[in-house]
Amino acid sequence: MSTVRDWAAPNPVTENRSGLIGKPVDRYEGRLKVTGTAPYAYEVETPAPPLFGHIVSSTLARGRIASVDISAAEAAPGVVRVWTHLNVPAQAARGTRLNPRSQRASNPALESDRVEHYGQSVAFVLADTPENARAAGGLVRITYEAEPADLDFLSSLDQAGPAPGEEDARIGDFEAGYSASEVTVDATWFSPLQNHAQMEPCATTAWWEGDKVVVHTSIQMVKGGQHALAETLGVPSDRVRLFTRYIGGGFGGKGQSYDDLTLAALGARETGRPVRVAYTRQQMFQATIHRPAVQMRVRLGADQSGRLNAMALEAVTHCARNAPFVEHAANFARNLYAAPNRLTGHRLVRLDIPHAGAMRAPGEAPGMLSLECAMDELAETLGLDPIELRIRNEPEVDPDNAKPFSVRQLVRCMQEGAQQFGWERRNPVPGAVREGRWYVGMGMATAIRGNFLLPAKAGLRLTGDGVATLTQGMTDIGTGTYTILAQITGETLGLTLDQVRVELGDSDMPPAPGSGGQFGAATAGSAAYETGMVMRRRLAELAAGDPRSPLYGEDPTLMDFANGNIVLGNRSESLAALAARAGPEGVYVEGGISPAADARDWSQHTYGAQFAEVGVDSVTGEVRLRRMFGVFAAGRILNAKLAKSQITGGMIWGVGAALTESNPVDPRYGSFLHQDLGGYLAPVHADIVNLDAVLLDEADDKANPMGIKGVGELGICGAGAAIANAVYNACGVRLRDYPLTPDKVLAALEAKGL
Amino acid sequence: MLTTIRVNGVDHDVDVDPRTSLLDLLREGLDLKGTKKGCDHGQCGACTVLVNGVRINACLSLAVMHDGDAVLTVEGLASGELLHPVQQAFLTEDAFQCGYCTPGQICSAVGLLAEVAAGQPSEATADLDGPVTLTDAEIRERMSGNICRCSAYPQILAAVRRAAGAAA
Ligand code: FES
Ligand code: FES
Repeated sequence: MSTVRDWAAPNPVTENRSGLIGKPVDRYEGRLKVTGTAPYAYEVETPAPPLFGHIVSSTLARGRIASVDISAAEAAPGVVRVWTHLNVPAQAARGTRLNPRSQRASNPALESDRVEHYGQSVAFVLADTPENARAAGGLVRITYEAEPADLDFLSSLDQAGPAPGEEDARIGDFEAGYSASEVTVDATWFSPLQNHAQMEPCATTAWWEGDKVVVHTSIQMVKGGQHALAETLGVPSDRVRLFTRYIGGGFGGKGQSYDDLTLAALGARETGRPVRVAYTRQQMFQATIHRPAVQMRVRLGADQSGRLNAMALEAVTHCARNAPFVEHAANFARNLYAAPNRLTGHRLVRLDIPHAGAMRAPGEAPGMLSLECAMDELAETLGLDPIELRIRNEPEVDPDNAKPFSVRQLVRCMQEGAQQFGWERRNPVPGAVREGRWYVGMGMATAIRGNFLLPAKAGLRLTGDGVATLTQGMTDIGTGTYTILAQITGETLGLTLDQVRVELGDSDMPPAPGSGGQFGAATAGSAAYETGMVMRRRLAELAAGDPRSPLYGEDPTLMDFANGNIVLGNRSESLAALAARAGPEGVYVEGGISPAADARDWSQHTYGAQFAEVGVDSVTGEVRLRRMFGVFAAGRILNAKLAKSQITGGMIWGVGAALTESNPVDPRYGSFLHQDLGGYLAPVHADIVNLDAVLLDEADDKANPMGIKGVGELGICGAGAAIANAVYNACGVRLRDYPLTPDKVLAALEAKGL
Repeated sequence: MLTTIRVNGVDHDVDVDPRTSLLDLLREGLDLKGTKKGCDHGQCGACTVLVNGVRINACLSLAVMHDGDAVLTVEGLASGELLHPVQQAFLTEDAFQCGYCTPGQICSAVGLLAEVAAGQPSEATADLDGPVTLTDAEIRERMSGNICRCSAYPQILAAVRRAAGAAA
């Protein structure tokens, strides 16, 4: 097992001699995407004309299916199959794991007469056209016996119980520290239920080749999807070949498979025809996971100088009754500020609604909306600048575990951000800046998000045309995986980008954990780097051992790679010639990465500082973003252009969380009030004005051999809090109930007599 | 119903189910899957195509309504290997991530540039009588029917600017 010290030695990526690392090259698959020729899961060519599946969803929150009548649907034009729980082909019982090494358990569709949430699949129609399938779906008659359901989070708070397997994290004595503090803040924030709203609905195209099923599906985790389907079908995983090459957004919501995958595979098996199944936009809201609502109580106690003496963040969140999930909204607070007396923890309310799950920066995204505003309140009470307050509470070592930081540039992020944003122009007196009917204000917040490295493998083939092809069971959900793997491989082997190919999203390829938790680039990229290094050693040995090579007999450990050649002194040979001599298949190697044995000896995070300027309309209560700027530190950046897209995309998610995004549960049916993109308000273009970000120079040599970290989730962290703080600075109204919609702002302005 | 529709310069005589949307005709009937289905309800813009030069949401329009119309989709923009200036600008500015909204964004931007050239005002236009100036506010307003959940808006703005410069 490697150690962090092994990683610190110079290597081709950190030396970056041909300059591919960091270079803002265009997206590898960009041409396919701008010409509409990248095939997403629903769109792949099938070996024969496909059938089309349509899923019928339940219309109550909890109960059982009392009766089913599919006769009209079966008699409808073009219909090939109609399934309900009464006649769906056999599947393994939920949770079964035939192979103990499967990453996911069986996930059957239409499994029983039980209904556990609104929008659950209750019938499935296969027909010759999408129109016929959908029309027949409307002819399926189902009656239900309703059972009482718990649907409302806020009125169920008294039922909150401990999160399974978790205890509160306590350091020092919070209660004593808090009550002895000279200055305190005690307030409660609410972050509502939110939806991923990926632009591509979940979809699967499936067909069978003998006893093996081929599925193209939109999922962030290749192995997870393959194993879930294999377990559901009750077959070994090598009988499922899963492809996921282009994914129209995931954000955590496609970290698991849904019924489209299962039903497409079953439908194709039973009919002998390829099958396409897509979720409707409404089903995306009701039948995939969402970010749960979170109520957060923050208590801060400080002395007059602003030094925190006590800090508590207690979060209550919801999950589906039988699908435990905890939105860890308090965890980030453990690593952010120094305070000797600390309390953080989570409570869980179980509801009869669709499954809660991971959504971009789970934990931090809602969590930072509380603490980072509480810090703003404390700064105001103390008469301190919010940046100065944070600097006074900057820890020397991780306050949770006393580990040293691998690298922590949080203060630099705040200071450079303040300078570039023009923070000194902020008037600390709320409501002091007025432009016509607009109150104008500025706010800031910090960002923190953990960094992770997971085990991963990759394959690399060099062929006689001098092209290196990297293969990995990894995904690119828009994050830039294809591009950065090409850059890493090119730099490692001394090749240009047009000499590198990248193939992803195939369960037959060496496995990687997929996209999630901001671990993708570091994990998949490190595996690609290590595999490149294996290839270098193999090629050097081939050259040294082959009398036909000009490098014959030389020491392979001294050979170098540049400009498509393997080089030693003034002798060299092209990689193309070496690979050609190795045979028609060229040279193939595999490699991989695992976390270093001592990686946990350091506290590793990505950091940032968010700045926002808003206008608050004194007449309508509308909040408009006027400017937003962030400075971030996230290790070595592999591609300046793509990394920035990731970061600013995250910041815009923060704008949505602060101002527009929320999906209340309809207490009558357990459905979400917003079932489409007209009701669920993700930011649109006109909402986003003058938004920019910079990434600091950094290399985290404790993170992995390349010193890189993730950027996919950092941008959302703290972004909404900066906006809420700007709203306060603009008009003097503290709103702690997100999103800050005009009705709430107006009511608060009126309550203040404004 | 028998319908004749010209798509990307090619005439198609098709017998369409009257329930079929223009979007589904393109994707399923003509195998032009570059145009995306994000919502099927006219709320996301992923299905934007140009009909007789004007951008519309293909999911909100029945195929049988387009007898005799000329439709331009993302597949019809490039000339061989040479990308349309809007496509090239999207690539250069990294105006997308997952790419699923992108064909709609690009068709929308092509339509936008034509609307502005023709002097058609928008909500963001101050002077309704003069020629339209392509301000950032104009671009943001006119591109707001195309949602990008990856939130590439700053880069989309830059791409439309770049393409407008190339067209000027
Ligand atoms: S698919 Fe037509 S607007 Fe969304
Ligand atoms: S690029 Fe993913 S939705 Fe726009």
